[in-house]
Amino acid sequence: MTKLKSAKDIPIGGIIPEPGNSRAYRTGEWRSQRPVWIPEGCVHCLMCWVYCPDNAIEVEDGKVKGIDYNHCKGCGICVRECPRKEKALRLEREA
Amino acid sequence: MGSRQHVAMTGNEAVAHAMRQINPDVVAAYPITPQTDIVQFFSQFVADGMVKTEFVTVESEHSAMSATIGAAASGARAMTATSSQGLALMWEMLHIASGYRLPIVMPVVNRTLSGPINIHCDHSDTMGALTTGWIQLYSESAQEAYDNMIQAVRIAEHPDVRLPVMVCQDGFITSHGIESLEVLSDDEVAQFIGEYKPAYSVLDVDNPVTVGPLVLPDYLFEMKFQQAKAMEASRRVILEVGKEYARLTGREYGFLESYKLEDAERVIVVLSSTAGTTRAVVDELRRKGEKVGLLKPRVIRPFPASELRDALSHARAVAILDRAETFSTQGGPLFCEIRAAFYDAPKRPLMRNYIFGLGGRDVGTSQIESVFADLAEDVARGSVKTPVSYLDVRE
Repeated sequence: MTKLKSAKDIPIGGIIPEPGNSRAYRTGEWRSQRPVWIPEGCVHCLMCWVYCPDNAIEVEDGKVKGIDYNHCKGCGICVRECPRKEKALRLEREA
Repeated sequence: MGSRQHVAMTGNEAVAHAMRQINPDVVAAYPITPQTDIVQFFSQFVADGMVKTEFVTVESEHSAMSATIGAAASGARAMTATSSQGLALMWEMLHIASGYRLPIVMPVVNRTLSGPINIHCDHSDTMGALTTGWIQLYSESAQEAYDNMIQAVRIAEHPDVRLPVMVCQDGFITSHGIESLEVLSDDEVAQFIGEYKPAYSVLDVDNPVTVGPLVLPDYLFEMKFQQAKAMEASRRVILEVGKEYARLTGREYGFLESYKLEDAERVIVVLSSTAGTTRAVVDELRRKGEKVGLLKPRVIRPFPASELRDALSHARAVAILDRAETFSTQGGPLFCEIRAAFYDAPKRPLMRNYIFGLGGRDVGTSQIESVFADLAEDVARGSVKTPVSYLDVRE
Protein backbone atom coordinates (compact mmCIF):
# COMPACT_ATOMS: atom_id res chain seq x y z
CA MET A 1 0.00 0.00 0.00
CA THR A 2 1.05 3.58 -0.69
CA LYS A 3 1.71 5.50 2.53
CA LEU A 4 -1.34 7.70 3.18
CA LYS A 5 -0.99 11.34 4.19
CA SER A 6 -2.83 13.05 7.04
CA ALA A 7 -5.45 15.79 6.67
CA LYS A 8 -2.78 18.41 7.45
CA ASP A 9 -0.59 17.29 4.56
CA ILE A 10 -3.06 17.25 1.68
CA PRO A 11 -4.40 20.16 -0.36
CA ILE A 12 -7.84 21.51 0.57
CA GLY A 13 -10.97 20.90 -1.42
CA GLY A 14 -9.78 17.70 -3.07
CA ILE A 15 -7.78 19.55 -5.70
CA ILE A 16 -4.79 17.98 -7.45
CA PRO A 17 -2.04 20.61 -7.54
CA GLU A 18 0.45 18.76 -9.75
CA PRO A 19 -0.25 17.76 -13.33
CA GLY A 20 0.29 14.21 -14.55
CA ASN A 21 0.42 12.71 -11.08
CA SER A 22 -1.99 9.89 -11.91
CA ARG A 23 1.20 7.84 -12.43
CA ALA A 24 1.69 8.02 -8.69
CA TYR A 25 -1.78 6.61 -8.05
CA ARG A 26 -1.42 2.85 -7.98
CA THR A 27 -4.75 1.77 -9.38
CA GLY A 28 -3.26 -1.71 -9.68
CA GLU A 29 -4.20 -2.11 -6.01
CA TRP A 30 -7.83 -2.46 -7.11
CA ARG A 31 -7.07 -5.63 -9.16
CA SER A 32 -8.79 -8.92 -8.35
CA GLN A 33 -7.30 -10.83 -11.29
CA ARG A 34 -4.03 -10.33 -13.18
CA PRO A 35 -2.90 -10.95 -16.75
CA VAL A 36 0.31 -12.95 -16.93
CA TRP A 37 2.47 -12.44 -20.01
CA ILE A 38 4.21 -15.46 -21.50
CA PRO A 39 7.11 -14.11 -23.63
CA GLU A 40 7.75 -17.42 -25.43
CA GLY A 41 4.23 -17.48 -26.91
CA CYS A 42 3.97 -13.76 -27.76
CA VAL A 43 4.10 -12.68 -31.42
CA HIS A 44 4.25 -8.93 -30.50
CA CYS A 45 1.18 -8.02 -32.53
CA LEU A 46 0.51 -5.37 -29.82
CA MET A 47 -3.26 -5.95 -29.81
CA CYS A 48 -3.05 -5.97 -25.99
CA TRP A 49 -1.30 -2.58 -26.07
CA VAL A 50 -3.97 -1.20 -28.42
CA TYR A 51 -6.86 -2.36 -26.26
CA CYS A 52 -5.49 -1.74 -22.76
CA PRO A 53 -7.56 1.15 -21.30
CA ASP A 54 -4.90 1.89 -18.67
CA ASN A 55 -1.79 1.95 -20.85
CA ALA A 56 -0.43 -0.82 -18.68
CA ILE A 57 1.23 -2.91 -21.42
CA GLU A 58 4.88 -1.97 -21.42
CA VAL A 59 6.32 -1.74 -24.95
CA GLU A 60 9.85 -0.97 -26.08
CA ASP A 61 11.05 -0.78 -29.68
CA GLY A 62 7.76 -2.19 -30.93
CA LYS A 63 7.88 -5.21 -28.64
CA VAL A 64 5.98 -6.12 -25.50
CA LYS A 65 8.28 -5.92 -22.47
CA GLY A 66 5.85 -6.73 -19.69
CA ILE A 67 2.87 -5.47 -17.71
CA ASP A 68 2.76 -2.45 -15.41
CA TYR A 69 1.08 -4.05 -12.41
CA ASN A 70 1.04 -0.72 -10.56
CA HIS A 71 -1.63 0.47 -12.98
CA CYS A 72 -3.20 -2.65 -14.52
CA LYS A 73 -6.68 -2.96 -13.00
CA GLY A 74 -7.05 -6.54 -14.21
CA CYS A 75 -9.95 -5.96 -16.59
CA GLY A 76 -8.71 -8.81 -18.78
CA ILE A 77 -9.34 -7.16 -22.15
CA CYS A 78 -5.74 -7.91 -23.20
CA VAL A 79 -6.32 -11.59 -22.60
CA ARG A 80 -9.60 -11.51 -24.50
CA GLU A 81 -8.14 -9.73 -27.50
CA CYS A 82 -4.85 -11.69 -27.66
CA PRO A 83 -4.93 -13.75 -30.90
CA ARG A 84 -2.53 -16.28 -29.34
CA LYS A 85 -4.94 -16.69 -26.42
CA GLU A 86 -3.54 -18.76 -23.57
CA LYS A 87 -0.15 -19.06 -25.26
CA ALA A 88 0.80 -15.41 -24.73
CA LEU A 89 -1.47 -13.98 -22.03
CA ARG A 90 -3.24 -15.79 -19.21
CA LEU A 91 -5.64 -14.41 -16.61
CA GLU A 92 -4.96 -15.51 -13.05
CA ARG A 93 -6.84 -14.80 -9.86
CA GLU A 94 -4.96 -12.45 -7.51
CA ALA A 95 -3.70 -14.22 -4.43
CA MET B 1 -20.89 56.57 -4.21
CA GLY B 2 -18.32 58.75 -2.59
CA SER B 3 -19.46 58.96 0.98
CA ARG B 4 -21.24 57.19 3.73
CA GLN B 5 -24.94 57.93 3.75
CA HIS B 6 -28.27 57.15 5.29
CA VAL B 7 -30.64 55.68 2.75
CA ALA B 8 -34.12 54.18 2.64
CA MET B 9 -33.97 50.74 1.09
CA THR B 10 -35.67 47.38 1.16
CA GLY B 11 -33.64 44.42 2.40
CA ASN B 12 -33.23 43.25 -1.17
CA GLU B 13 -32.04 46.68 -2.32
CA ALA B 14 -29.58 46.81 0.57
CA VAL B 15 -28.12 43.44 -0.43
CA ALA B 16 -27.95 44.42 -4.12
CA HIS B 17 -26.25 47.67 -3.03
CA ALA B 18 -23.70 45.65 -1.05
CA MET B 19 -23.13 43.42 -4.08
CA ARG B 20 -22.51 46.48 -6.26
CA GLN B 21 -19.94 47.72 -3.77
CA ILE B 22 -18.33 44.29 -3.46
CA ASN B 23 -18.19 44.30 -7.27
CA PRO B 24 -17.79 40.54 -7.72
CA ASP B 25 -16.08 39.16 -10.81
CA VAL B 26 -18.98 36.85 -11.62
CA VAL B 27 -22.65 36.67 -10.64
CA ALA B 28 -24.75 33.81 -11.99
CA ALA B 29 -28.34 33.89 -10.88
CA TYR B 30 -31.90 32.92 -11.54
CA PRO B 31 -34.91 34.85 -10.27
CA ILE B 32 -37.16 33.45 -7.56
CA THR B 33 -39.60 35.21 -5.27
CA PRO B 34 -38.80 36.86 -2.88
CA GLN B 35 -35.14 37.08 -3.92
CA THR B 36 -35.88 38.32 -7.47
CA ASP B 37 -35.28 41.99 -6.60
CA ILE B 38 -31.66 41.32 -5.67
CA VAL B 39 -30.85 39.91 -9.08
CA GLN B 40 -33.02 42.49 -10.81
CA PHE B 41 -31.32 45.45 -9.09
CA PHE B 42 -27.93 43.91 -9.65
CA SER B 43 -28.51 43.26 -13.34
CA GLN B 44 -29.41 46.96 -13.66
CA PHE B 45 -26.01 47.83 -12.13
CA VAL B 46 -24.41 45.56 -14.71
CA ALA B 47 -26.40 47.13 -17.57
CA ASP B 48 -25.48 50.61 -16.34
CA GLY B 49 -21.79 49.73 -16.25
CA MET B 50 -21.56 50.36 -12.51
CA VAL B 51 -19.80 47.03 -11.86
CA LYS B 52 -17.18 45.05 -13.72
CA THR B 53 -19.11 41.83 -13.05
CA GLU B 54 -19.64 39.15 -15.68
CA PHE B 55 -23.36 38.51 -15.21
CA VAL B 56 -24.46 35.05 -16.29
CA THR B 57 -28.15 34.40 -16.83
CA VAL B 58 -28.79 30.72 -16.31
CA GLU B 59 -31.74 28.40 -16.76
CA SER B 60 -32.09 27.19 -13.18
CA GLU B 61 -30.64 27.49 -9.70
CA HIS B 62 -28.75 24.25 -10.17
CA SER B 63 -27.00 25.97 -13.05
CA ALA B 64 -26.64 29.20 -11.07
CA MET B 65 -24.73 27.44 -8.32
CA SER B 66 -22.80 25.34 -10.86
CA ALA B 67 -21.69 28.44 -12.79
CA THR B 68 -20.79 30.18 -9.53
CA ILE B 69 -18.72 27.18 -8.50
CA GLY B 70 -16.98 27.14 -11.88
CA ALA B 71 -16.23 30.84 -11.60
CA ALA B 72 -14.97 30.50 -8.03
CA ALA B 73 -12.74 27.59 -9.03
CA SER B 74 -11.22 29.82 -11.68
CA GLY B 75 -10.24 32.28 -8.96
CA ALA B 76 -13.11 34.72 -9.36
CA ARG B 77 -15.02 36.39 -6.55
CA ALA B 78 -18.35 34.80 -7.41
CA MET B 79 -21.86 35.19 -6.06
CA THR B 80 -25.42 34.13 -6.61
CA ALA B 81 -28.66 34.62 -4.67
CA THR B 82 -31.73 32.51 -4.06
CA SER B 83 -34.77 31.51 -1.99
CA SER B 84 -36.77 28.42 -1.14
CA GLN B 85 -37.17 26.06 -4.14
CA GLY B 86 -34.15 27.68 -5.73
CA LEU B 87 -32.02 26.69 -2.76
CA ALA B 88 -33.54 23.23 -2.86
CA LEU B 89 -32.67 22.87 -6.53
CA MET B 90 -29.06 23.84 -5.73
CA TRP B 91 -28.80 21.10 -3.17
CA GLU B 92 -26.11 18.83 -4.55
CA MET B 93 -24.12 21.85 -5.68
CA LEU B 94 -24.21 23.37 -2.18
CA HIS B 95 -22.18 20.42 -0.93
CA ILE B 96 -19.82 20.75 -3.87
CA ALA B 97 -19.22 24.47 -3.19
CA SER B 98 -18.28 23.76 0.42
CA GLY B 99 -16.45 20.52 -0.38
CA TYR B 100 -14.27 22.30 -2.94
CA ARG B 101 -13.71 25.03 -0.34
CA LEU B 102 -14.94 27.85 -2.56
CA PRO B 103 -15.61 31.14 -0.72
CA ILE B 104 -18.91 31.91 -2.43
CA VAL B 105 -21.20 34.44 -0.76
CA MET B 106 -24.91 33.87 -1.36
CA PRO B 107 -27.75 35.99 -0.05
CA VAL B 108 -30.75 33.81 0.74
CA VAL B 109 -34.14 35.40 1.22
CA ASN B 110 -35.93 32.96 3.47
CA ARG B 111 -39.13 31.49 2.09
CA THR B 112 -40.97 28.31 2.88
CA LEU B 113 -40.49 25.19 0.80
CA SER B 114 -43.38 23.73 -1.19
CA GLY B 115 -45.76 22.02 -0.82
CA PRO B 116 -48.24 23.30 -0.80
CA ILE B 117 -46.75 26.14 -2.75
CA ASN B 118 -46.42 29.40 -0.82
CA ILE B 119 -44.07 32.29 -1.43
CA HIS B 120 -43.90 33.69 2.10
CA CYS B 121 -41.37 33.58 4.88
CA ASP B 122 -40.27 30.76 7.05
CA HIS B 123 -36.85 29.21 7.53
CA SER B 124 -37.48 25.74 6.14
CA ASP B 125 -35.19 26.44 3.17
CA THR B 126 -31.98 27.36 4.99
CA MET B 127 -32.68 25.16 8.02
CA GLY B 128 -32.66 22.23 5.64
CA ALA B 129 -29.22 23.37 4.48
CA LEU B 130 -27.64 23.20 7.95
CA THR B 131 -25.63 20.13 6.95
CA THR B 132 -24.34 21.43 3.62
CA GLY B 133 -21.09 22.83 5.06
CA TRP B 134 -22.03 26.48 4.52
CA ILE B 135 -21.60 29.18 7.13
CA GLN B 136 -24.99 30.75 7.88
CA LEU B 137 -25.54 34.34 9.00
CA TYR B 138 -29.06 35.54 9.83
CA SER B 139 -30.14 39.17 9.54
CA GLU B 140 -32.89 40.92 11.46
CA SER B 141 -33.05 44.03 9.28
CA ALA B 142 -31.93 45.54 5.99
CA GLN B 143 -29.00 47.08 7.88
CA GLU B 144 -27.91 43.69 9.16
CA ALA B 145 -28.36 42.06 5.77
CA TYR B 146 -26.14 44.76 4.26
CA ASP B 147 -23.54 44.53 7.03
CA ASN B 148 -23.52 40.72 6.91
CA MET B 149 -22.93 40.75 3.16
CA ILE B 150 -19.80 42.87 3.50
CA GLN B 151 -18.47 40.80 6.40
CA ALA B 152 -19.35 37.51 4.68
CA VAL B 153 -16.81 38.21 1.94
CA ARG B 154 -14.01 38.50 4.49
CA ILE B 155 -15.15 35.47 6.47
CA ALA B 156 -15.52 33.26 3.39
CA GLU B 157 -12.19 34.24 1.84
CA HIS B 158 -10.06 34.03 4.99
CA PRO B 159 -7.24 31.54 4.27
CA ASP B 160 -8.10 29.55 7.41
CA VAL B 161 -11.76 29.30 6.39
CA ARG B 162 -12.37 29.22 2.63
CA LEU B 163 -15.98 28.18 3.03
CA PRO B 164 -19.12 29.48 1.37
CA VAL B 165 -21.47 31.73 3.34
CA MET B 166 -25.24 32.19 3.21
CA VAL B 167 -26.53 35.59 4.28
CA CYS B 168 -30.16 35.10 5.26
CA GLN B 169 -32.97 37.59 5.69
CA ASP B 170 -36.71 37.11 6.07
CA GLY B 171 -38.67 36.99 2.84
CA PHE B 172 -40.98 39.98 2.28
CA ILE B 173 -40.80 41.08 5.93
CA THR B 174 -37.22 42.26 5.51
CA SER B 175 -36.63 41.80 1.80
CA HIS B 176 -39.52 44.01 0.70
CA GLY B 177 -39.94 46.32 3.70
CA ILE B 178 -38.29 49.72 3.38
CA GLU B 179 -35.99 50.67 6.22
CA SER B 180 -33.52 53.39 6.95
CA LEU B 181 -29.95 52.17 7.02
CA GLU B 182 -26.41 53.45 6.83
CA VAL B 183 -24.36 52.33 3.86
CA LEU B 184 -20.62 52.68 3.58
CA SER B 185 -18.89 54.48 0.74
CA ASP B 186 -17.72 52.38 -2.19
CA ASP B 187 -14.10 52.99 -1.22
CA GLU B 188 -14.68 51.89 2.37
CA VAL B 189 -16.21 48.63 1.20
CA ALA B 190 -13.45 48.04 -1.36
CA GLN B 191 -10.85 48.66 1.33
CA PHE B 192 -12.58 46.48 3.92
CA ILE B 193 -12.98 43.45 1.66
CA GLY B 194 -9.57 43.95 0.02
CA GLU B 195 -8.29 42.20 -3.06
CA TYR B 196 -9.29 38.56 -3.37
CA LYS B 197 -6.37 36.17 -3.36
CA PRO B 198 -7.71 32.78 -4.43
CA ALA B 199 -6.01 29.63 -3.19
CA TYR B 200 -5.87 28.31 -6.73
CA SER B 201 -7.31 28.92 -10.16
CA VAL B 202 -8.08 26.48 -12.93
CA LEU B 203 -7.18 29.27 -15.36
CA ASP B 204 -3.65 29.64 -14.00
CA VAL B 205 -1.68 27.77 -16.66
CA ASP B 206 1.60 28.26 -14.81
CA ASN B 207 0.25 26.44 -11.75
CA PRO B 208 -2.20 23.92 -13.17
CA VAL B 209 -4.67 22.25 -10.82
CA THR B 210 -7.38 19.67 -11.22
CA VAL B 211 -10.62 20.60 -9.45
CA GLY B 212 -13.24 18.01 -8.70
CA PRO B 213 -11.41 14.72 -9.20
CA LEU B 214 -12.63 11.43 -7.79
CA VAL B 215 -11.57 11.02 -4.16
CA LEU B 216 -11.99 7.52 -2.80
CA PRO B 217 -12.30 6.13 0.75
CA ASP B 218 -8.54 6.63 1.29
CA TYR B 219 -8.80 10.45 1.29
CA LEU B 220 -12.39 11.71 1.27
CA PHE B 221 -12.73 11.38 5.04
CA GLU B 222 -9.60 13.52 5.56
CA MET B 223 -11.11 16.19 3.31
CA LYS B 224 -14.34 16.27 5.32
CA PHE B 225 -12.18 16.54 8.46
CA GLN B 226 -10.43 19.55 6.89
CA GLN B 227 -13.85 21.10 6.26
CA ALA B 228 -14.88 20.56 9.88
CA LYS B 229 -11.62 22.18 11.01
CA ALA B 230 -12.23 25.14 8.68
CA MET B 231 -15.69 25.56 10.20
CA GLU B 232 -14.06 25.52 13.63
CA ALA B 233 -11.52 28.15 12.48
CA SER B 234 -14.35 30.33 11.17
CA ARG B 235 -15.47 30.91 14.77
CA ARG B 236 -12.37 33.04 15.42
CA VAL B 237 -12.53 34.72 12.01
CA ILE B 238 -16.22 35.67 12.38
CA LEU B 239 -15.39 37.48 15.64
CA GLU B 240 -12.26 39.15 14.24
CA VAL B 241 -14.10 40.40 11.17
CA GLY B 242 -16.98 41.57 13.39
CA LYS B 243 -14.58 43.61 15.54
CA GLU B 244 -12.87 45.15 12.54
CA TYR B 245 -16.26 46.02 11.07
CA ALA B 246 -17.21 47.66 14.37
CA ARG B 247 -14.11 49.87 14.19
CA LEU B 248 -15.25 51.02 10.76
CA THR B 249 -18.98 51.40 11.37
CA GLY B 250 -19.64 51.35 15.11
CA ARG B 251 -21.86 48.30 14.58
CA GLU B 252 -20.36 45.17 16.15
CA TYR B 253 -21.42 41.67 15.19
CA GLY B 254 -20.68 38.44 17.05
CA PHE B 255 -22.45 35.11 17.27
CA LEU B 256 -25.38 36.37 19.31
CA GLU B 257 -27.09 39.61 20.11
CA SER B 258 -28.68 39.90 23.52
CA TYR B 259 -31.27 42.39 24.64
CA LYS B 260 -31.98 43.04 28.34
CA LEU B 261 -30.68 39.57 28.99
CA GLU B 262 -28.36 40.12 31.96
CA ASP B 263 -30.98 39.84 34.69
CA ALA B 264 -33.71 38.23 32.58
CA GLU B 265 -35.53 35.30 34.13
CA ARG B 266 -37.58 34.51 31.04
CA VAL B 267 -35.92 34.61 27.63
CA ILE B 268 -37.03 34.18 24.04
CA VAL B 269 -34.47 32.94 21.50
CA VAL B 270 -35.41 33.76 17.93
CA LEU B 271 -33.73 34.51 14.61
CA SER B 272 -34.10 37.35 12.15
CA SER B 273 -37.05 39.75 11.89
CA THR B 274 -39.11 38.25 14.74
CA ALA B 275 -36.35 39.40 17.08
CA GLY B 276 -37.52 42.96 16.37
CA THR B 277 -41.08 42.13 17.41
CA THR B 278 -39.75 40.38 20.51
CA ARG B 279 -37.61 43.39 21.43
CA ALA B 280 -40.72 45.59 21.43
CA VAL B 281 -42.51 43.13 23.73
CA VAL B 282 -39.49 42.95 26.04
CA ASP B 283 -39.58 46.75 26.36
CA GLU B 284 -43.28 46.73 27.11
CA LEU B 285 -43.06 43.98 29.73
CA ARG B 286 -39.95 45.55 31.29
CA ARG B 287 -41.98 48.73 31.81
CA LYS B 288 -44.36 46.58 33.85
CA GLY B 289 -41.40 45.30 35.85
CA GLU B 290 -41.17 41.84 34.30
CA LYS B 291 -37.69 40.38 33.97
CA VAL B 292 -37.76 39.27 30.36
CA GLY B 293 -35.10 39.30 27.66
CA LEU B 294 -34.20 38.37 24.10
CA LEU B 295 -31.37 36.40 22.57
CA LYS B 296 -30.97 36.58 18.81
CA PRO B 297 -28.44 34.22 17.23
CA ARG B 298 -26.75 35.71 14.18
CA VAL B 299 -24.60 32.70 13.35
CA ILE B 300 -25.89 29.14 13.51
CA ARG B 301 -23.22 27.53 11.33
CA PRO B 302 -20.83 27.23 13.03
CA PHE B 303 -23.14 26.63 15.97
CA PRO B 304 -22.29 28.90 18.92
CA ALA B 305 -22.93 26.29 21.62
CA SER B 306 -20.67 27.64 24.37
CA GLU B 307 -21.79 31.23 23.75
CA LEU B 308 -25.42 30.13 24.03
CA ARG B 309 -24.66 28.33 27.30
CA ASP B 310 -22.97 31.43 28.71
CA ALA B 311 -25.80 33.67 27.58
CA LEU B 312 -28.70 31.56 28.80
CA SER B 313 -27.60 29.55 31.83
CA HIS B 314 -28.72 32.22 34.31
CA ALA B 315 -32.30 32.25 32.97
CA ARG B 316 -35.11 30.36 34.65
CA ALA B 317 -37.08 29.58 31.51
CA VAL B 318 -36.21 29.86 27.83
CA ALA B 319 -38.50 29.64 24.82
CA ILE B 320 -36.81 28.81 21.53
CA LEU B 321 -38.82 29.91 18.52
CA ASP B 322 -38.30 27.93 15.33
CA ARG B 323 -39.63 29.12 12.00
CA ALA B 324 -39.19 25.61 10.58
CA GLU B 325 -40.30 22.08 11.33
CA THR B 326 -38.04 19.06 11.51
CA PHE B 327 -40.96 16.61 11.65
CA SER B 328 -38.94 14.66 14.18
CA THR B 329 -41.83 15.31 16.62
CA GLN B 330 -39.11 16.57 18.98
CA GLY B 331 -39.17 20.23 18.00
CA GLY B 332 -37.58 22.61 15.55
CA PRO B 333 -33.93 22.65 14.48
CA LEU B 334 -32.78 25.48 16.77
CA PHE B 335 -34.51 23.94 19.78
CA CYS B 336 -32.90 20.54 19.25
CA GLU B 337 -29.42 22.01 18.93
CA ILE B 338 -29.70 24.52 21.76
CA ARG B 339 -31.12 21.90 24.09
CA ALA B 340 -28.30 19.54 23.14
CA ALA B 341 -25.80 22.33 23.90
CA PHE B 342 -27.07 22.35 27.48
CA TYR B 343 -26.71 18.60 28.05
CA ASP B 344 -23.35 19.02 29.79
CA ALA B 345 -24.13 22.37 31.38
CA PRO B 346 -24.18 22.43 35.19
CA LYS B 347 -27.11 24.84 35.15
CA ARG B 348 -29.95 24.26 32.75
CA PRO B 349 -32.92 26.60 32.44
CA LEU B 350 -36.35 25.20 31.62
CA MET B 351 -36.65 25.07 27.84
CA ARG B 352 -39.57 24.85 25.53
CA ASN B 353 -40.07 25.16 21.82
CA TYR B 354 -42.54 26.95 19.58
CA ILE B 355 -42.87 26.29 15.89
CA PHE B 356 -44.13 29.59 14.49
CA GLY B 357 -44.77 31.65 11.40
CA LEU B 358 -44.78 28.83 8.86
CA GLY B 359 -45.68 29.91 5.34
CA GLY B 360 -45.54 33.55 6.35
CA ARG B 361 -48.07 33.40 9.21
CA ASP B 362 -47.74 36.80 10.85
CA VAL B 363 -46.26 36.96 14.32
CA GLY B 364 -47.28 40.03 16.23
CA THR B 365 -46.62 41.31 19.72
CA SER B 366 -49.64 39.47 21.17
CA GLN B 367 -48.19 36.08 20.16
CA ILE B 368 -44.82 36.96 21.68
CA GLU B 369 -46.58 38.15 24.86
CA SER B 370 -48.36 34.79 25.06
CA VAL B 371 -44.99 33.02 24.91
CA PHE B 372 -43.65 35.09 27.82
CA ALA B 373 -46.90 34.33 29.71
CA ASP B 374 -46.45 30.59 29.09
CA LEU B 375 -42.89 30.86 30.39
CA ALA B 376 -44.19 32.54 33.56
CA GLU B 377 -46.46 29.54 34.14
CA ASP B 378 -43.53 27.17 33.61
CA VAL B 379 -41.44 29.12 36.11
CA ALA B 380 -44.28 29.03 38.67
CA ARG B 381 -44.76 25.30 38.10
CA GLY B 382 -41.01 24.60 38.03
CA SER B 383 -41.38 22.43 34.96
CA VAL B 384 -42.27 22.57 31.28
CA LYS B 385 -45.69 21.17 30.57
CA THR B 386 -45.55 21.26 26.76
CA PRO B 387 -42.01 20.99 25.35
CA VAL B 388 -43.08 21.60 21.75
CA SER B 389 -46.06 23.70 20.73
CA TYR B 390 -47.30 25.52 17.67
CA LEU B 391 -47.72 29.26 18.05
CA ASP B 392 -51.00 30.59 16.76
CA VAL B 393 -52.03 27.54 14.78
CA ARG B 394 -55.71 26.52 14.68
CA GLU B 395 -55.37 23.03 16.12
